[in-house]
Formats: sequence, C-alpha cells, structure tokens
Amino acid sequence: MTEKKFMAGNEAIAEAAVQAGCRCYFGYPITPQNEIGEYMSWRLPQVGGCFIQAESEVAAIYMVFGAAGAGARVMTSSSSPGISLMQEGISYIAAAELPCVIVNMMRAGPGLGGIQPSQSDYFQATKGGGHGDYHMLVLAPHTAQEAVNLTMLAFDLADKYRNPVMILGDGNIGQMMEPVEFKSPEKPFVARKEWIVTGAKNRPRNIIKTLFLDPVILEKRNLAMGAKLREAVKNEVRFEPYLIEDADIVIAAYGTVARIAKTAIKILREKGLKVGLLRPISLYPFPYQAFAQTAERVKSILVVEMSLGQMVEDVKLAVCGKSRVHFYCRVGGMVPSYDEIVAEVEKIAKEAK
Amino acid sequence: MGKVVIDEEFCKGCTLCINACPQHLLRTAKRVSKTSYHPAELVDPEGKCTGCGLCALVCPDAAIQVYREKKAGVKEK
Amino acid sequence: MEMEMVSGRPKTLLPVPTHYCPGCGHGVIHRLVAEVIDGLGIREKTVVVAPVGCAVLLYNYFDVDAYEAAHGRAPAIATGCKRVNPELVVFTYQGDGDFAAIGTAEAVHVAARGEKITTIFVNNAIYGMTGGQMAPTTLLGQKTTTTTSGRASETAGFPIRMSEMIATLPGAAYVARVSVSSPKNVAQAKMAVRKAFETQIKGLGYSLVEFLSQCPTNWHMTPVESVRWVEEQMVPYYPLGEFKVPKEE
Repeated sequence: MTEKKFMAGNEAIAEAAVQAGCRCYFGYPITPQNEIGEYMSWRLPQVGGCFIQAESEVAAIYMVFGAAGAGARVMTSSSSPGISLMQEGISYIAAAELPCVIVNMMRAGPGLGGIQPSQSDYFQATKGGGHGDYHMLVLAPHTAQEAVNLTMLAFDLADKYRNPVMILGDGNIGQMMEPVEFKSPEKPFVARKEWIVTGAKNRPRNIIKTLFLDPVILEKRNLAMGAKLREAVKNEVRFEPYLIEDADIVIAAYGTVARIAKTAIKILREKGLKVGLLRPISLYPFPYQAFAQTAERVKSILVVEMSLGQMVEDVKLAVCGKSRVHFYCRVGGMVPSYDEIVAEVEKIAKEAK
Repeated sequence: MGKVVIDEEFCKGCTLCINACPQHLLRTAKRVSKTSYHPAELVDPEGKCTGCGLCALVCPDAAIQVYREKKAGVKEK
Repeated sequence: MEMEMVSGRPKTLLPVPTHYCPGCGHGVIHRLVAEVIDGLGIREKTVVVAPVGCAVLLYNYFDVDAYEAAHGRAPAIATGCKRVNPELVVFTYQGDGDFAAIGTAEAVHVAARGEKITTIFVNNAIYGMTGGQMAPTTLLGQKTTTTTSGRASETAGFPIRMSEMIATLPGAAYVARVSVSSPKNVAQAKMAVRKAFETQIKGLGYSLVEFLSQCPTNWHMTPVESVRWVEEQMVPYYPLGEFKVPKEE
C-alpha cells in the first residue's frame, strides 16, 4: 500500500511489522500500548499469522523465544513495568542469538508509576536491563511515520545481527494520530536459517540453548557477541542533525522531546538565537561521534529528557568536556512544553554572554 | 531361552534390575567398571533366563539388551 | 539356539552415558519417551523443550531438535514453536520446580489454551539439581534441606496435585499420572506417554503425563529403597491413573 493513512502510532507500528513479514505477536495488555496487541489480534489472522494474548509478559517473551527459534519474524510489545518482566527473556534471546523486535512504549515509573509518557527506561534499554553481556539495538522514533520506518528496519536488523531490537517510544508516540504510508520492503523476507528448530530431518539436531558450563566455550561466545556488537556500532548509528551547522547551542533529545524541541527551536530562531537539535535515532549504538564533533564547534549542549538524567550521561561521555552539557527534565509523566525549553535555552544563552 | 547383556559403559550399579528379576539371576559384580561402578551381571549357569525383559524395563541407563530365543511367527516390538 | 534382541536402547536415545544419579527416574523416563518417539516414527519432526533442573542437559541425550528453556517457561517456548510449525510434535520435559512452582502460570495456561503440545512432568517431591530443597510436591512430614524437621503445613503449606488441577481445564485433553517404580508401572507409563503423544498428533488438545519418580540421592536412600518410597509414600497422595481422556468424535 502506498496511500497515506491516518493512524495512531501504536497501530502504525503493528501494521509496519506485518508489512515487514512479522507473522507472530505475543503480548500482554498494558497501557499505553494496548492498541498494538489489539491491532495484531485481528490483523495477523488475516495474513495467516499467530496472535496470542499471553498470561503475562514473562510468558509472552518466552513465546517470542520459541517462535524466533522456529524461524518466524516475531514481535512483542509492552510498557515499562512489563518490559521489566521481560528482561530475563531478553537476556536469553540475546544469548541464544535469536532475532526479534520488542516495542517499549515508555510510561512514568518507577514501580507501577503512571500511564503518561516518560523516557526513564533509557538505561534499561541501552545499558542492559537483563543480566549478562549483551545489548539490544535500540531505535527511537519521533513521528508515526518514523515509527513505521524504524519498525520495518528493526526486523531487518534483528535478522542481520541475530539479536533482539527494541523500538523505544512513549505513550505520546503511541497515541498520537498522524498520516503514515507503508512502502513494501525492498527485499521480501525469506527464512533461510540453518540453525532454526524445524525437526531434525536429514540433518543433525539443532539445539537452541544458552547454558555453556565450560568457561572456555562461554568466553568464546561472549567475545563473539562483543565482536558482533562492535560491527553494529560501526554500521548502525543513526541520528538526525537539525539546524546544527550554524548553531551556538545544540539541544540533545529523542522521541517526543525531540518533536517539542523542534518547535522550541523555531521560536528561538525567530528570536535570533542560533539553536539546533542533534537527535539520536539509534540509542544503541549511540551517536557518540556525532556529539563529539558537534562539541568541537558549539559552546553548550542542552540535554532534555523525560527522566532524571539518563541519556545525558552518554552525551557527557561523547563530549568529554569539550563543551558544557546542560540538563533539563520533566518526570513522573509530565511532558516538557516548548516554552520551558525556550526558557532553558535563553537562560544558557544569557549565561554564555 | 533368553539372556541379557549389560553394557558396563552405561551401567551405574543401581541394582534396580537385580531387584526386578523374578528369577534372581542378576547380582552386583565384585569388580569395578571403567566408570567406577560395580555393574550388574547375569549369573545364569542353568540357563533359567527367559528373556522376560523386566530388568530392561526398570533400567535407568538403557544398559541392558535382552535376547530371546527366536520363535517362528512371533514378533516382538 | 538362535536368539534375537527383543529389547535395547531406542534409536532416539543417544548412546551417551547420562549424568543422572544411579537409580534416578529420569533415565527410565527418557528411555520411555524415546521408545514412543521411535514407535510412532516421529523423530524427525519432534522438538523437545528442556527445563532447568537435573534434566537441563537432556538435549545431549535425545536425538531431536531442542530448545533450552528458562526455568518454568518451557510451555511458553513450546507454544511459540508449535504455533509457527503446527506439524511438529513438541513436548516439554519439566520437573517440580519448573512445572509446579515458578512455571505454574505457564503450566495452567498452556493447558487452558489447549495448546497441542505434551508435557512430561517429573515429580520427585524435591528439588534435585540444587541439592534437595523442598518442592511444591514435597509431602507433609518429608525432610528436605529447607524443611529439616519435615514439611509442616502451617509454615510451608500443602503439596500440589498438578494432574488433578490441570485436568479441570477444558483445554487439557489427556492427563495421566504414572510411575516408574516397578516393571508393571514402567510398562503402563509407556502406554500413557504414547497416548499423550497421539493426543497431540490427532490435534485433540494439551496432554500431560505426570511421572512419580525417585530421587535416591536427595532422599538419602538406595535406588531400591527409593522405588519402594514412591509406592508406599507418594502413591497414596498422588494416585496413579488417567484423569482425563480425550473425547474423540
């Protein structure tokens, strides 16, 4: 389909998955992403796929494990507390080198928290979350169309690296309705995987396992995982530079906050301030180099997050002291307004004089 | 009529077969196998073993092969 | 006289010495399942999902495709696999921690959904792999490393009868409890395993075979004493028999 449809982000993500060849979805209801599962419940049977509302997020992530091991393109989705429940399973999926896509529509935490948007799962998504040495590739859309594009990309990346890939959004991205269009994938998905579990016919048995009691072997596996991730770091960095060529102050933000920042920048530019936005699209691998290069030129970087300060640590790591890093946040489900961001930037600009 | 062969690569000397044999033809060997167990062994000087297979049924290690005299027209699975 | 072999190692059970203790029920149960797989001719389309427990390494012994599950999650993994490839014969092999403790939600729901998979549930009333702690199936008065004075219901509750519980679910099509404590019980157990796999192959729903099994090491008994303990102590609380049989149209 190439015509534009007016869809909520959650539904657009679900349709994008189906377009990308996803034929299995296992999930559990949790606000603010229920529309993903609900959409899949009627859409997947239309394409001969399988939808199960599992008994818990724990069960859901292991159904993903099973389906991925059997060679299917498979997705699950949840929101922060449910994603916490999935962490063990994600570690197992990464350890078994199974491809899958996991969508987290972040809500305020910690604990049961609230249902309003937040970005407080950044650490969980990018630094680990589950036990052991592994990383998910993490992609953060800021529009419904980008959510479509990144979801389709996520399935390709998952197969390319045999690794779980996360789409990190928030309730705002999931709920807002925007025009989207779906472009058929360049390469239709073909399951050509020698390692999948299909029954040991005319070949030795395949075992999908993560237990390796011999540390000599387990070290080799871990080092191979590290090498694989280094390849991803080399090849899969994605970011959007927005009006940063002449900027004195650069805002760093992703997802919903980036949208708001773009409005703030418009206002600030009208006031004569040269402000830009460096928007990470891949949160893992993080665009360290882009920030390092930007820090050479600008005096200040303002990181705006809906968290107490998570991505800001990666920005500081990248910048390495070459530029001042400021931080502004709203938490608990509160979303920063463009006015607040304008005020923060003006404060920074005044201090710089 | 019958005999059993106990593979000492697998036998762990658990004695469940000895316990199961209705003719009491199995006993624990005095020797120690390569795997450091005292395996079970068939002691059947009078050829009493019928190949009933009860020993093999209870063996946890699939260590026992049961042989029975071939009877025309009778097939066992 | 010419003799023919009437009983030997089933093909699906690889000639690999197992790590199980002498007399452990797992060995017999593995053999029975392998014999049924051979008898039904389904090795090339069978998938096993291994548990966490003494049987975690069962994929070293069964010559079929396999997954290694996280503790208790085998039914969920089996569900994912079977839904992708419904023509496969998928079975989970789980102990009392896997099935009756951490994985009980998955156990109930795989049956509630009527998933066409089979569970071989090994109940030895104790946690074997981790050294003999109480299991949900430990009997009242039974001593374990976490019930050193014997299990008392006031603090540790009552043992769970999983077969009876699962049999109440409409999605469960075949549920049976068997033991491997004597040749007769072993023979009957094999028939139950075969029925369970046939239930799956016919697409009738979820099938469960609960095996009462002996754990000589953690019960601190000889193998012969332990099979007697199964018959004298376990069977009165966990009766053998079929709790659900499929209603075939």
